[in-house]
Amino acid sequence: MLRYDSSGKPFIIIRDQDQKERLTGSEARKANILAAMTVANLMKTSIGPLGMDKILVDQDGEVTATNDGATILKNMQVENPIAKLLVELSQGQDDEIGDGTTSVVVFAGALLEESLSLLEKGIHPSKISEGYEKACDIAVQHLISICDKIEFDKEDCSSLIKAAKTSLGSKIVNQYTDKIAKISVEAVLAVADLERKDVRFDLIKLEGKTGGTLGQTELIDGIIIPKNFSHPQMPKQIKNAKIAILTCPFEPPKPKTGHKLDIDSVKKYKELLEIEQNYFKKMTDLVKKSGATVVLCQWGFDDEANHLLLQKELPAVRWVSGTDIELIAIATGARIVPRFSELTPKKLGKAGMVTEKSLGTTDEKMIVIEKCSNTKTVTILVKGGNKMVVEEGKRSIHDALCVTRNLIKDNRIVYGGGAVEISCSVALNKASKEIKGIEQYSIRAFSQALLSVPIALASNSGLNSLEAVSEIQLKQMKEEKPFFGIDCLSKGTSNMKEQNVFDTLRGKIQQFLLATQMAKMILKIDDIIRPTGQY
Amino acid sequence: MSEAYQPARILNQGSTQEKAEGARLSNFVGAIALSDLISTTLGPKGMDKILQSPSNLLDSTITNDGATILSSIQISNPAAKILIEISKVQDDEIGDGTTSVVVLAGELLKEAEKLIHKRIHPQTIIKGFRLAKNIALKKLKEIAQDHSENEEDLKKYLKKIAMTIFSTKILTPYKSIFADLAVESILRLKGSTNLESIQILKKTGGLLKESYIEEGFVLDKKLGVGQPKRIENAKILVANTSMDYDKIKIFGSRVVVNSSSKLAEIEEEEKKKMLRKCQKIVDHGINVFINRQLIYNLPEQFFTDHGVVSIEHADFAGIERLSLVTGGEIVSTFDHPELVTLGTAKVIEEIMIGEDKLIRFSGCKEPSACTIILRGSSKQILDEAERSLHDGLAVLSQMVKNPKTVLGAGCTEIIMAQAIEEAAKETSGKIQIAMEAFARALTRIPIIIANNAGYDAEQLVSELKTSHYKGNTTFGVDVMNGKVCDVQELGIIESFLVKKGMLLKASEATEMILRVDHIMYSAPRQRGMN
Repeated sequence: MLRYDSSGKPFIIIRDQDQKERLTGSEARKANILAAMTVANLMKTSIGPLGMDKILVDQDGEVTATNDGATILKNMQVENPIAKLLVELSQGQDDEIGDGTTSVVVFAGALLEESLSLLEKGIHPSKISEGYEKACDIAVQHLISICDKIEFDKEDCSSLIKAAKTSLGSKIVNQYTDKIAKISVEAVLAVADLERKDVRFDLIKLEGKTGGTLGQTELIDGIIIPKNFSHPQMPKQIKNAKIAILTCPFEPPKPKTGHKLDIDSVKKYKELLEIEQNYFKKMTDLVKKSGATVVLCQWGFDDEANHLLLQKELPAVRWVSGTDIELIAIATGARIVPRFSELTPKKLGKAGMVTEKSLGTTDEKMIVIEKCSNTKTVTILVKGGNKMVVEEGKRSIHDALCVTRNLIKDNRIVYGGGAVEISCSVALNKASKEIKGIEQYSIRAFSQALLSVPIALASNSGLNSLEAVSEIQLKQMKEEKPFFGIDCLSKGTSNMKEQNVFDTLRGKIQQFLLATQMAKMILKIDDIIRPTGQY
Repeated sequence: MSEAYQPARILNQGSTQEKAEGARLSNFVGAIALSDLISTTLGPKGMDKILQSPSNLLDSTITNDGATILSSIQISNPAAKILIEISKVQDDEIGDGTTSVVVLAGELLKEAEKLIHKRIHPQTIIKGFRLAKNIALKKLKEIAQDHSENEEDLKKYLKKIAMTIFSTKILTPYKSIFADLAVESILRLKGSTNLESIQILKKTGGLLKESYIEEGFVLDKKLGVGQPKRIENAKILVANTSMDYDKIKIFGSRVVVNSSSKLAEIEEEEKKKMLRKCQKIVDHGINVFINRQLIYNLPEQFFTDHGVVSIEHADFAGIERLSLVTGGEIVSTFDHPELVTLGTAKVIEEIMIGEDKLIRFSGCKEPSACTIILRGSSKQILDEAERSLHDGLAVLSQMVKNPKTVLGAGCTEIIMAQAIEEAAKETSGKIQIAMEAFARALTRIPIIIANNAGYDAEQLVSELKTSHYKGNTTFGVDVMNGKVCDVQELGIIESFLVKKGMLLKASEATEMILRVDHIMYSAPRQRGMN
């Protein structure tokens, strides 16, 4: 880039050769907005119960088929910085709420798309930002004013199941929504503390298994570890098990400080032999003495130790992963013991039943720990016809779990199927009339952008999208009720209250806030400098 | 105004994507190509494939087992990968029907492709397919016959099923012999699905039909040198311990000596240690000692002196099976003979099969174990025979648990297809078209089977359809004679589980592929950078 000084000599501000690529001003903004729109358009087809999936092929040729916005974006190997921001956006929604990761991106894309025409009118980007900010405030206020509360308790969780069903409706599991929604809600309720409105998510374990169909997914009151007992002849079932959890290997000790042990006489050789033999005996004796009936160990076993365990009738599992160990410790109330010598009866965990089960014709085995003394740990065993279905099933269930958790934390809901978006849009249109100045334009743009989600929903469902949305708009205004939405599954009614389609209030507010924030941030950028040819 | 109005590139360099129609097309093409590739192996007159390994050109496999073929071809198309995956799961879960599941999925996708050309939305197709699948499943459950009550009956049916399975494999000419082998060995398991206690030993030489069941257990090992070749009333200790040189496993220890005499002393001590261990083993009062690891000359000689027969280097699976069969536990320490359960066998003897010497354990504690000895003229034939036998055994073992059967030879497919067509008549809307398409895909299976046999398939299958409409619902295609006839009389019976697995998995995979409208490929991992 060249500038000329007062005497007419050129001087260089930024070296404008091949190494740098630079876009400024409105060009930069447009490039950014286009990039964001590309990502949003890509996600649009995944919205709603009839949305489509994407196949992602990773670096090693592994295939993932999914409909989960966060997963698609995360695995998409994005390079464009603006697109990267949108990936972060959906990630943020995923971390906070766990659901609605697609809609948030689509909405942000729409906000930017609308701002494009405002920019062309010559409105300054920071004015647009301000207007969006205000519009977002109004929309959130409106959301809070139209929200409903759902009631549930441990016995009657039907309303929670309905919410989980809405979340599952757009995923591949939707054939079995009834069952899987029920499982998800039960799992969350099992670990939830309703009084404190707290859900400990790490107590729910999702384990996948190919074979069978998604419909055979089951909830297990306990923990599954994909391992088998260390010796084939150990009993396959232990009732009223007392579990010792060890993080030390059944091997002779290996001091961490460097050492050498020299043997130069027969006597020493004999001594060493004796010590070795005693080690194994001592280890197993200590475990037996503590009263344990099952041993779970994070490390490996020596052959001799393994046999001694069998002889002492101590079924044992080796190489249990660290996370599993922690989970089991929580579930059974056991203490994780790092040294054999510190094992005491008090530190043992209790479980009603420990079984080794095999599945299918292959000899894959897993160990099921059931009826733990602290029943608060559950496992959802997801089954499916192939690996990809199982993985997608796991992701879908995770979303449903998140929705249920959010409802337990905050039982306010808004109606889905695009109903809230349309209602907010109507409210914003009304409000815009009372606002002076340029902001009015931005607020109207915001209200238009809100319609992007219902429009995508309708067009994915094979409806005439604009017609369907305007029809709902009219209906909402006429009857002044916020629960009319797009009838995606052609059930014959647009009343989302009757269809039991709803989202959490928290999730929706979060969506609005995050998307607005992102749009503002992208609008603010007026210069892109990046080196080229360096890949 | 240079870059601003160009479509924004958002993916990494090297990454590519396919959208909407393009993505769908590439999915269909990949999946259909795969199913076409494998469809020629379907049925009793299906053809085999040669699979050559990329690393060693001499190492080739000849097979018509769907799972084997699919797992060895290298494919980059994502939809084709999904199909390979379902055939693998079908293999793991049920053991047979690995080809049909892929072929059915391929046919379903072919039908779906036509519907998409007619501008029917994929989600509508999925809805129709789901409905059709449920109807087919219901019908399948209805027509399945349960044989759990009568044991004699069950045996008869098991044999028929085994014959049906083997008739599509290399074992066809001797299917009756092999069906007997399979049924007998499965019935020994008494309801367990643990196929590990059935051992299949392959020995080249002789003919396939000379294969037989060996009572008890045969271990492909030799007895120690100079030890008796026949032991009666054997007491067996099964062990996993090192019998070569028994290192002390204290880390960091090493032997340092300053004179050769001391070295000799230590060596002597080491020997003594080994002999003490041997003595302990002998003290268990055994006459046979089997170890997973090597046995060196010194201990072997000690055992021979004390009248104990030693067998070394039985591999891990062999050891586990042996301990299962003889009822002894796998031992690694020898200080408490009173606590160790010993295995027993009436007779252990060395036998000859072909030119190889093997050890036979008969009269074992666990009568469920047996060994099937396969004979055949080449390695390839034996391998294929083993795969076929394994398919049969897997299905039979599942059958014993769930003894339901359906008719084979395309009969069941036609019944399901007609049930769907009936139901489609009462369904209005585009879903109807999708349901009809599902029914058509099901009828394609008998067509392919007949085609592979070299008959006028369309003619045969339409004859078959008419006879079903007339009420002869047990009719199917007899590919041996190229006629439509009563399958019940022919005795072509298949397992309900295989058919159910085929139906469910194929439709699940189809649905998954249909739902996709966008494929994104990451840039391939850079190789050889360091």
